[in-house]
Amino acid sequence: MVRLFLAGLAILCACLTANAQEADLQPILQEHQEIIAKSSRKTIKPAIDAIASSGLPQAQVMLETWAAKNMWMRKSDGLFFSGQKGEGRSYELTDFDTGEVVGTFEKTELKQLKPNSGIRAMIGTALVQFQLTDPDRARRQAALQSIQRDPEGELLDPLRASIDDEPDADLKAQKQRLERLLTIGYDTDTGARVAAIEEMSDDLGVDVRAALNPLVVTNRQAAATLPSDMNIAAVLQPDSDDLSRDAAYDLLVASDLVAPRVSADDIRAALAANIDRGRVEGVPVAQLSSAAARAQAYEALAEAGAVPALITEADIDAALAAHVFFDTYAEPSPDVTAAAAHALEQIELKVGLNQTLDLTLDAISLASIYFLAAIGLAITFGVMGVINMAHGEFIMMGAYTGYVVQQFIPNHTLSVIVAIPMAFAVTFAMGVAMERLVIRWLYARPLETLLATFGISIALQQLAKNIFGTQARPLTAPGWLDGAWVLNDVVSISYIRIAIFVLAMIFLGLFLYIMKRTRLGLEMRAVTQNPRMAGSMGINPGRVNMLTFGLGSGIAGIAGVAIGLFAKVTSDLGSDYIVQSFMTVVVGGVGNIWGALAGAGMIGFLQKGIEWMNPSNTLAAQTYIIIFIIIFIQFRPRGIIALKGRAAGD
Amino acid sequence: MDRSFVAKNPSVLVFLAILSLFTLGVTILSEGFGIGVISTSFVKTLGKTLCLCLIAVAMDLVWGFTGILSLGHFAFFGLGGYMIGMWLMYERTRLIVVDSLGQAEIPPTSAEVVDAIGIQIFGVVGSSEFPLIWAFSHSLTLQLILIVLVPGLLALIFGWLAFRSRVTGVYLSILTQAMTLALALYLFQNDSGLRGNNGLSGLQNLPGVTTSQDVVSIWFLWASALALGLGYMLVVWLVSGKFGSVIRGIRDNEARVRFLGYSVEVYKLAVFTLTACIAAIAGALYYPQAGIINPEEMAPIASIYLAVWVAIGGRGRLYGAVIGAAFVSLLSTWFTGGQAPDIPLGFYTIKWVDWWQVLLGVTFVLVTLFAPQGIGGLFDLWTDRRHPDRHGANLGPDDGALREKEAIE
Amino acid sequence: MKSLKSTLAGSVVFAAMATAALSAEDTIKVGVLHSLSGTMAISETTLKDTMLMLIDQQNAKGGLLGKQLEAVVVDPASDWPLFAEKARELLTVHEVDVIFGNWTSVSRKSVLPVIEELNGLLFYPVQYEGEESSKNVFYTGAAPNQQAIPATDYFLEELGVEKFALLGTDYVYPRTTNNILESYLKQKGIADDDIFVNYTPFGHSDWSKIVADVVALGADGKKVGVISTINGDANIGFYKELAAAGVSADDIPVVAFSVGEEELSGLDTTNLVGHLAAWNYFQSADTDVNAEFVETWKATMGDERVTNDPMEAHYIGFNMWVNAATEAGTTEVDAVRAAMYGQEFPNLTGGTAVMLPNHHLAKPVLIGEIQEDGQFDIVSETDVVPGDAWTDFLPESAVLVSDWKELGCGMYNTETKTCVQTLSNY
Repeated sequence: MVRLFLAGLAILCACLTANAQEADLQPILQEHQEIIAKSSRKTIKPAIDAIASSGLPQAQVMLETWAAKNMWMRKSDGLFFSGQKGEGRSYELTDFDTGEVVGTFEKTELKQLKPNSGIRAMIGTALVQFQLTDPDRARRQAALQSIQRDPEGELLDPLRASIDDEPDADLKAQKQRLERLLTIGYDTDTGARVAAIEEMSDDLGVDVRAALNPLVVTNRQAAATLPSDMNIAAVLQPDSDDLSRDAAYDLLVASDLVAPRVSADDIRAALAANIDRGRVEGVPVAQLSSAAARAQAYEALAEAGAVPALITEADIDAALAAHVFFDTYAEPSPDVTAAAAHALEQIELKVGLNQTLDLTLDAISLASIYFLAAIGLAITFGVMGVINMAHGEFIMMGAYTGYVVQQFIPNHTLSVIVAIPMAFAVTFAMGVAMERLVIRWLYARPLETLLATFGISIALQQLAKNIFGTQARPLTAPGWLDGAWVLNDVVSISYIRIAIFVLAMIFLGLFLYIMKRTRLGLEMRAVTQNPRMAGSMGINPGRVNMLTFGLGSGIAGIAGVAIGLFAKVTSDLGSDYIVQSFMTVVVGGVGNIWGALAGAGMIGFLQKGIEWMNPSNTLAAQTYIIIFIIIFIQFRPRGIIALKGRAAGD
Repeated sequence: MDRSFVAKNPSVLVFLAILSLFTLGVTILSEGFGIGVISTSFVKTLGKTLCLCLIAVAMDLVWGFTGILSLGHFAFFGLGGYMIGMWLMYERTRLIVVDSLGQAEIPPTSAEVVDAIGIQIFGVVGSSEFPLIWAFSHSLTLQLILIVLVPGLLALIFGWLAFRSRVTGVYLSILTQAMTLALALYLFQNDSGLRGNNGLSGLQNLPGVTTSQDVVSIWFLWASALALGLGYMLVVWLVSGKFGSVIRGIRDNEARVRFLGYSVEVYKLAVFTLTACIAAIAGALYYPQAGIINPEEMAPIASIYLAVWVAIGGRGRLYGAVIGAAFVSLLSTWFTGGQAPDIPLGFYTIKWVDWWQVLLGVTFVLVTLFAPQGIGGLFDLWTDRRHPDRHGANLGPDDGALREKEAIE
Repeated sequence: MKSLKSTLAGSVVFAAMATAALSAEDTIKVGVLHSLSGTMAISETTLKDTMLMLIDQQNAKGGLLGKQLEAVVVDPASDWPLFAEKARELLTVHEVDVIFGNWTSVSRKSVLPVIEELNGLLFYPVQYEGEESSKNVFYTGAAPNQQAIPATDYFLEELGVEKFALLGTDYVYPRTTNNILESYLKQKGIADDDIFVNYTPFGHSDWSKIVADVVALGADGKKVGVISTINGDANIGFYKELAAAGVSADDIPVVAFSVGEEELSGLDTTNLVGHLAAWNYFQSADTDVNAEFVETWKATMGDERVTNDPMEAHYIGFNMWVNAATEAGTTEVDAVRAAMYGQEFPNLTGGTAVMLPNHHLAKPVLIGEIQEDGQFDIVSETDVVPGDAWTDFLPESAVLVSDWKELGCGMYNTETKTCVQTLSNY
C-alpha cells in the first residue's frame, strides 16, 4: 500500500516536473537559439511556430517583448530575457517564465535582438490567436492589423470564432469585413467564396482588390494542343495585338518547343570560332565588317554543318501555326475566377471614377498653392504693374519667420497662429522699405525695376543662406493638421492641403473686400488708373503705392508660412515659385484677381493632367506646361480674363 | 567702306589693339608658349572670360540697342556648347571604340561601332540607344553648322511668336525667362538624350589631339579673342549704320518707328536671331575650355547675370558690355574662389565666399538707381563728352525717348 | 581695363611665387576639393572639416614620412566646371600629392579628365552609380552592389516585398541605380508590371499623386516596397506626404540610399520610424573606435553635429593613403597607387576594409531603421562585399572587369579579352 502510494507519488512528481518543464518557454527558445539569434525572416519560422504553438500563457508576453526589441540574449549562456534599461550602459534582465528579475548586466555582456519588420510581421501573425480575444482593445486592433497585412488561411477560423464575442462595434465591423476577405481567398467551399466575392464587389478598398486580383492572375503558355484540365482564361492568336509574332516565338523558345533564333552576337561568335587561316569558309576575315557578309559566311558554315542553321521567317510561321497560345488562371475553380473577374470589372469602373476625383482634388490643391503664391504678385504686378523679382524671397522670408517663431513657441498650433501675423508684419515692413528705397525711383523704368528687384532677390537669398544655412529647416504643422481626409481608399487629401485651400479662399475674399469695399482699395484703383488725377483728388499716390506694395508683400509672407508647412523651408524656396507665380498672373490676365485664380486653376489642372498621362516623369510635366503657356500667350496675349475698356489701361 | 567705317568708329581700333595686346601678353606669359608665369587654369579662365565678353556684346545689341531685355541668351549660349560637345564626345568615343573593337578577331560592322559608342556615352545614364538628336554628331561640319542653326532656329521661332503677338517689355522678359527654364528643365531629363543632369563632359580633350592642355588652352584663347574681335566689329558695324538707327528708334519708341513704315517685327527678329547665333558661337568656344556642359549652366539665373554684367558695364555702348562681363565675372571668380581675404569685424568675420552674392546684389541695385550708365559712364566723365541737355538727364536706354522732365510729368 | 588685367596678372605672378616659396618648405600637401558654398555646401563642408580633423590628428602623430601634412582647401562652389578648374589649380599651382574631394557624380566626371591628364590621385568618398574605374581615382564610397543590391535583397528576403516602386530624383545616380535594380529584379523573377519607376526634379515638393500611385500598387495583393534614390530636400516633402497618407513602414517600407544622419536632422522623424536606409556606416554603430571617432568629431565641431557614411569613407581613404605612402616611402602617385592595392584598415563599424585592384573597397553593408531621435537602428549587417566597378546585372557591363594591378586596365572586356580603354571616357 505504502509502496503503491510512493509509486503514485513518484508518478505524480514525474508528471509535475514534466509539466514544469513543458511550462517553461526558455527550453523552447534554447532549442531554436541559433535561428533566433540570427534573426532572419527566411529561417525564423520554426522558432515562432514553436513558441506560438506551445500554448504557454507567457508566450504572448515573450513575443510582444521580442517584437518591441526588448529581448536580450546573455552572451555567456545564450539564454533569452526581457531587458529593461538600467543605469548607464547596463540592463536589468527579467526571466520570461518566472517573471523574476535575474540581475543587472553590462551591455557588453548582452546582445539585443532586433527583429526586422519582416519578422515583426510574422510575430504579429503569431500573436493574432492570443490577441483576437484580448481584453485590451488596442491589442485586438493590432491583431486585426496583422491579419490585414498578412492574410493567411489559418487565421480564418480564430477570426470567425472571435466575431460574436466582440464588444466593440467598430472592431466588430472590421472583423466581419476581414472575415469576408479571408473567405474570398481561403475558404474551402467554392459557393461561400463566390458569395463573398459578390458581396464585396461594390467595395473600393485596396484590400478588396488585393484579395480579388490574385484570383485572376494568369500565366501565358504555349503547347501543341489545348489542355483540358486547366482553367483557361483566353486563347490567343499569334501575330495579333495581344501577342506579337516575336513574343509568341519567344514563348515557344522559353517552353523549349523550338530552337532559338540566331542573334547577331551568336553569328559573330560562331564566325570568330571558325576562323581558318584568316578566312571563314573562304571569306577573308577583313571583309566580315558588314551584316550581309557575316550572314553569308554563317550560312556557308551552317551548310557545312558546323553551326545550327539560321531560323527563317518561314520556320517561325510554321512553328506558330503548329502551336496554340493561351492564358491560364492559377486558381482552379472557374466559378471563382469568373466571379472575381466580374467583381473586379465593376470595381475598376468605380476606381477609375474615384481616381479622376482624386486627381481633381490634387489639381485643386496644387492650384490653390500656386494661387496663394501668386496672390501677392497679383497685387504688386497685376494692380500696380511693378515687376518684383524678389517676390519669391518674400515667400521665403515668411517661411523662415514661421521657422523662427517655432523656435520660441514650441506649441505648434500657437506658433502657427503667431507666425501668420508675424510673417505678414515682417514682409509688409520689407515691402514698404523696398518700395520707398528702390522701386519708387524706378516707376518710369519697368525693365530696370525688374533688374533692381532681381539684385535684391539674390542678396536676400544669400543672406538667408548665411543666417540659416543651406540645409532645409523644419516647419512642423500642428498635430491636428497631420493625416488626411479619407473618403475611401482611392480618394484622400491631406488636411494641410485643405488648410492651404481654405487659406487661399480667405485671401481671395480679403482681396476682393479690400479692393471693392474699403477706402484703401478705392484709392488703389484710382492711383493705378491715373496717378495724377488721383493726386489732384487729394489722394497721396506715394502713400497708396507704398501700402499697396506692402500689402502684396505681406500676403506673400503668409503664403510662405503655408508653403513651408506643406513642403520645406530652404533659401531657394522662393525661386521655385517665382516663375510659376508670374506665369499664373500672366496667363490669368493682369490686373484681375479672378484672372490669377483662373491662371492658377489652369496651370494646376494642366500639370496634374500631364502627370497623369506620363506618371513616370514628373519633370516632363513642368517642361510641357511652360511650353504650353508660351503658346497660350500667343492666342490670348492678355490672359484668360482680359480687362476691357478703360480699365485695360495703355 | 572699311576706311570710313574705322574712321567713324575709332574706338574699334582701340578695342582691337587692346585685345591683341592682351592675347599676345597672355601667350607670352603662358605655360604653353611662354615663360610660364600664368598657370594653365588661369589661361582657361581668361579664355572663358573672352567668350563671356562676346555674349555680353550680343546682349548689349539686343538689350542696350534694341531694348529687348532677353533673359534667355544664356540658353542659346548653352545650346551652342551642347552642339560642339556632341561632336567632341562622339568623335573621342569613336576613336576609343574603333581602337578597342579593332583588337577583336572579326572586324566590327559599322552598326556595332555605333552601338558601342552609344553604350559608352549613355551607359552612365542607363541607356545605350542613340537619340535622334545625335543624328549628325558624327560629322564635325554638320555639327558646326548646327551650332548656329539650332539656337538660331529656336530664336527665330520663339521671336516670331513673341514679336508677332506684340509681347513687349517686361512680359517679353518673363517669357524669355520661361523659355530658358523650359529648356533647362527639358535638358535635365534623361529622356532628352543629352545625358540629363550630367551633361557632356571631358570636352577639353580634343579628339585625336595629344598636345598638352597648356598648348590647347592657348589655342582656345586665340580662337576666343578672334571671335570676340570679329563679333565686336560686326556689331559695331551694324549699330553704326542705318540699321543701328532703326533699332535705336525701336528701343526709344516702337510705335513711332512702326508709324514711319518700318517693319518693327522684322528688325527685332533679325537682332534677336543674330544675337542668339553670336551667343551660340561664344558658347561653342566656352565649353571646350570649361570641360563640361550641363543644364545647370542654362538655368534662368545665368541669363539674368548676363544682364547684370551688361548693366554694370554700361548699356548702349559695346565696350561697356565687354568691360562689365570681364570685370564682374573675374571679380566673381576671385571672390567665390576663396582668394579674397576675409574681413574680421571682431564679433563676426566676413567671409567673401558667403557675402559676395549679397555685395553683388546690393551693388547692382545701387548701379541701377544711381549709375544707369554703369562703368561705361566713367568714360563719359573722362572724355568729358556731353550730350546736348534738352530736357534733363537721359532716363536710360530702354526708355530713351523720355527725358527726365517729360517722365516726371 | 588694362590696369585691371595687369593687377590680375600681377596677383597671379605673386601667387605663383608664393606657392614656389611654400613648396620649398618641408610639407606634404593634401588637396581638399569640396564645395564650401552653393547647393552642395551643406553636405561637402562636413567632409572638408573631416579632412582637416584627420590631417590634424595625423600631424599630432608625427606627420607622414617625417614631414608635416598641409591641407590646401579650395572652394569649387557647387559649380561643376569650376571643379575641373580647381582640380587643375591644385595639381599644377599648389602641386598637391593627393586630393580628397567631390560629392556629386557630375563633379567627379568634371574632374576626371584633369586628374588623368596630370596623373593626380583622387579619393572619392560618396556612394555612387559605378560603371567607372579610373586609374587615378580610389572610390571609398559604396558601388551599387554595396548598397543598392543588398538593400534590395533585404526587401526581397527579409521583408517579403513582391512589388517595387523605384522613386528617384532625375539625375545620373538614380537613373543608373534604378537601371541596375530593374535588371536585377527581373533576374530575381519580378515581373515588369511589378516595377514602378518615377523620376522627379531636384527639390520636388508636390508628392501627393506619387504617394497615391504607390499606395495603389498594393491593389493586386502583393507587398509593396519603395526604393528611394530621392536626393536632398525633396525627401522632406516625400516623407511628409507619406506620413500624411498614413502609410506606415510596416505597410510600405521605404529604403533610401541618400538619406543619412545629416539629412534626417532637418526632419521631424516621429512619422518615419521604421523606414530604412542602407549605408556602409551609421553613427549608431556600436564599436569602441566609432565611439572615439564620434567623440572627437563632436569635440571639434560641436555637440549637435552627426557623423555619416562619406565621413567614414574619408577616414578609411585617408588612413589607407597614409599607410600606402609610408610603405612606398614616397608620396609619388604611381608608387602610392601600387602600394594601395591590398591595403587594409579597420572600419569604424568593425571588421576590416580592403582596397581592391579595381580601386574600390571591400566592406560590409548595413541596413538601419530610422528611430525617433533621428539615428538609425542597425537591423542587418551583411558579410564583406567587394565593390564592383562594372555591375554584373547589366548585359553590357557584365563582361567588363577592372583590375589595375594584374591587367593594368580599368575596363577590360573578358569576352574579347581586350582592354577597352585605359583612360576614362568621362
